[in-house]
Amino acid sequence: MTDLNDAALLRYSRHILLPEIDIEGQQRLAASRVLVIGAGGLGSPVALYLASAGVGHITLADDDVVELSNLQRQVVHDMASLGLNKAESARARMLALNPDIAVRALGERLSADRLLAEARQHDLLLDCSDNFATRHAVNRASVAAGVPLVSGAAVRLAGQLAVFDPRVAGSPCYHCLFAEEGEVSDGPCATFGVLSPLVGVIGSLQAVEAVKLLAGRQAVLGRLTLYDALSGDFRQMKFTRDPACPVCAAA
Amino acid sequence: MKLNMVYFARLKDSFGTGQESLETDATSVAELLVELRLRGGNWATELGHGKTFRVACNQELAGPDSALRDGDEVAIFPPVTGG
Ligand SMILES: [Zn+2]
Repeated sequence: MTDLNDAALLRYSRHILLPEIDIEGQQRLAASRVLVIGAGGLGSPVALYLASAGVGHITLADDDVVELSNLQRQVVHDMASLGLNKAESARARMLALNPDIAVRALGERLSADRLLAEARQHDLLLDCSDNFATRHAVNRASVAAGVPLVSGAAVRLAGQLAVFDPRVAGSPCYHCLFAEEGEVSDGPCATFGVLSPLVGVIGSLQAVEAVKLLAGRQAVLGRLTLYDALSGDFRQMKFTRDPACPVCAAA
Repeated sequence: MKLNMVYFARLKDSFGTGQESLETDATSVAELLVELRLRGGNWATELGHGKTFRVACNQELAGPDSALRDGDEVAIFPPVTGG
């Protein structure tokens, strides 16, 4: 396992002081490989926290370009990022924050094959994407590669969070929770409002779950967290594997 | 009997309410959904066939056959997909 030098011991001292992480957990983080799909609203806090927390190898995938209307909530980017690929822009900010980590930027929308190949090269997937089709593609890659998935979603004033771990026998996948068939538009209009810090709340929760998993702690599975920013309510719903799930039941 | 209904995300906006106390004779989730669709308008559209949403009874995901009891909290939520 990676030895931490003096600068790293100082940089990560507030982690090492936590008995739940300690030096061993920090070394695990340094040796971890994480794939983040999406460098937008959710991907921003995820990228910043995984970089600052010392996750050693981070791959970011996003084919989109930074626009002015993104800066209201996509805090990993800034004015100098306008017109740049989001994965590249996030990479620069992450390395400025922590030059000891390795960041790969993939400026592409990963096909199912590419997604599976990339998933197999990583210890954890973070779904920070913005559409239902990608969410199901990421889930299929997670199950096929046997790599855990931290899924977050947010729009307007509502957010959702769930952790999936196909290494745990009998545990559910994203498809067990929401089947792919059917209409799922987030709302009646073409573009939706998003409360700026809402993506910060959900993305930060994703980063918390990711760091815990990578540091060697088992996540709570079969639990969907729903957050309503207007009421301030968090609610948690339990769910189990769908015995007829086309994605995970045969896996 | 009385159910404590809770609606999330798009459904909360579409129904114009996040929660309500519902007096009903529905004994299962499927019967409850039939009753809610009969309200028409957005209720019929949002809870119609081909729409993706889930129902949870007392914070556990429930299927159409799940039984309902007086005082249950019944939550209906769609997948949030943005990010
Ligand atoms: Zn499944």
